[in-house]
Amino acid sequence: MTEVEKVIISPENLVYSKPSVLTDNVMHYCPGCSHGTIHKLIAEVIDEMGIQEETIGVTPVGCSVFAYNYIDVDWQEAAHGRAPALATAIKRLLPEKYVFSYQGDGDLAAIGTGEAIHACNRGENIVMVFVNNGIYGMTGGQMAPTTLPGMPSSTCPAGRDAGRDGHPIRITEIMAQLPGTSFVTRQAVHTAAAVRKTKKALKKAFENQTAGKGTSFIEVVSTCNSGWKMTPVKANEWMEEHMFAYYPLGDVKDL
Amino acid sequence: MKELKLMKGNEAIAEAAIRCGVDGYFGYPITPQSEIMETLMLNKPWETTGMVVLQAESEVASINMLYGGAGCGKKVMTTSSSPGVSLMQEGLSYLAGAELPCVVVNVVRGGPGLGTIQPAQSDYFQAVKGGGHGDYKLIVLAPASVQEMADFVELSFDLAFKYRNPAMILSDGVIGQMMEKVEFDAYKPRWTNEEIVKNYPWVTQGKKGRERNVITSVELDPEKHEALNQKLWAKYKEIEKTEVRYETIQCEDAEYIFVAYGASARICEKAIEVAREKGIKVGMVRPITLYPFPTKVIRDFGNQVKGVLSVEMSSGQLVEDVRLAINGKVPVEHFGRSGGIIHSPSEVVEALENFFIKE
Repeated sequence: MTEVEKVIISPENLVYSKPSVLTDNVMHYCPGCSHGTIHKLIAEVIDEMGIQEETIGVTPVGCSVFAYNYIDVDWQEAAHGRAPALATAIKRLLPEKYVFSYQGDGDLAAIGTGEAIHACNRGENIVMVFVNNGIYGMTGGQMAPTTLPGMPSSTCPAGRDAGRDGHPIRITEIMAQLPGTSFVTRQAVHTAAAVRKTKKALKKAFENQTAGKGTSFIEVVSTCNSGWKMTPVKANEWMEEHMFAYYPLGDVKDL
Repeated sequence: MKELKLMKGNEAIAEAAIRCGVDGYFGYPITPQSEIMETLMLNKPWETTGMVVLQAESEVASINMLYGGAGCGKKVMTTSSSPGVSLMQEGLSYLAGAELPCVVVNVVRGGPGLGTIQPAQSDYFQAVKGGGHGDYKLIVLAPASVQEMADFVELSFDLAFKYRNPAMILSDGVIGQMMEKVEFDAYKPRWTNEEIVKNYPWVTQGKKGRERNVITSVELDPEKHEALNQKLWAKYKEIEKTEVRYETIQCEDAEYIFVAYGASARICEKAIEVAREKGIKVGMVRPITLYPFPTKVIRDFGNQVKGVLSVEMSSGQLVEDVRLAINGKVPVEHFGRSGGIIHSPSEVVEALENFFIKE
């Protein structure tokens, strides 16, 4: 480090540092993917609340299956769609711990709809993070339950035909109707302002767990530029124009 | 202090679970075993031992709740009957792959499909050969009395934790529904979290003073995954060497033997009496562990007897393992009623005579 660098990189000039809960492992996510940002925000919240040693996460099947390589807490890796069932038992058996599940749209809104809805309906005192990028990323870009009408994927190459394929599901609105949820919100991480809002929502969700308020459900509308076959910048633009129109951002329920 | 009670096999499972310090029960109602969760809910163990009892939305959820609880080192169990246990096969594969201990009770009813709510023993293959995907085994215990329903709960947990592997109690609608006297040990306290973390350092209860623990069954590197499979297989070899349990009944002078477990073993006990009154010298090997299977003891009887009759309320599943054990030395046949019909002792004796004695 040069003398000039030493002056610049001094504690009083520090505006940001990597949360200690985030590991140094190189993430396997594609450049432009939203998962890395969401992971970082969860790590920051765990860091700030000082609950690293009290937290157990549950990873899904999908791109974020290996989230346990990046956030330095105890983890369990669930079968496809079953994360909320694992989280239910972990929290019931260890009520003093912090428990969160992390799932994508195929995991939570297709194969695991039952487990997700019933965990919310029972009001399990957990945080459920739902990353919705409208596509199956890990398996190579197939149609998801949240793929928009007209949006192409490898299993609807001409675009989703709602008459044939059914309609995209707004799972967050469903969760908000269930008496067990206390905080249901839809956020994004495509701009600095959106990142700050998502962080605030995650913090509230984990604090709700301290307060025993029931299920906190946080959808993060995300991009999958590889699956969408767009540049990261273009994917963000497309998300703002199309995804936000169908999946409007904001709190749906906050008790 | 021992306590003597009269109860159904299903009720004995619930009572034993509370008494041996189970931490969590997660289940979904299905005939003929719903009394297990009903008994737990009536007993309210959350007010006494602190045991969690939760009715899940499905058997799929139940088995995955077991995964979550077992990953925290908790003694967790579920109970179901055949169609419900089919739904659990995915979860059992993941539990075995992640090397998690838990106990699953299958009070078997007739299948395939929705089948019947009457008793059967037609889930043998599913229990002992895998059922889910991948190379794995369950430790499978087969109770033949209400007393064994009770005793095998704790034994299953002991084996499950000893080997970090799911254990199954493969019962049937007869043993689940019949009433017998049963003796219980005094209540044992549940393990404290401190004890669990100390004795089972792999659990996920928060990474206090150690590296993070990850409970998983995924390994994409073929070399590492093969190593994992080899580790599992070494464990199963050790289980086969150490944990075989069986009972032999009137085998000393036997010219024929029955091989039967569960309700069929009870019927065969009576069949032995009936046959011996007729002068037919028959005994029985009753496998108590279906996996590991008592292969050696059955093989040794190939040197003594003239024929072996495998008796099971199915179209013939157990008979395949008996044939593998006997390995062609003497004839091995299957007899059993199915679809919810329970064979009578005289039917069993008649089958023995028809197969081996009458010209």
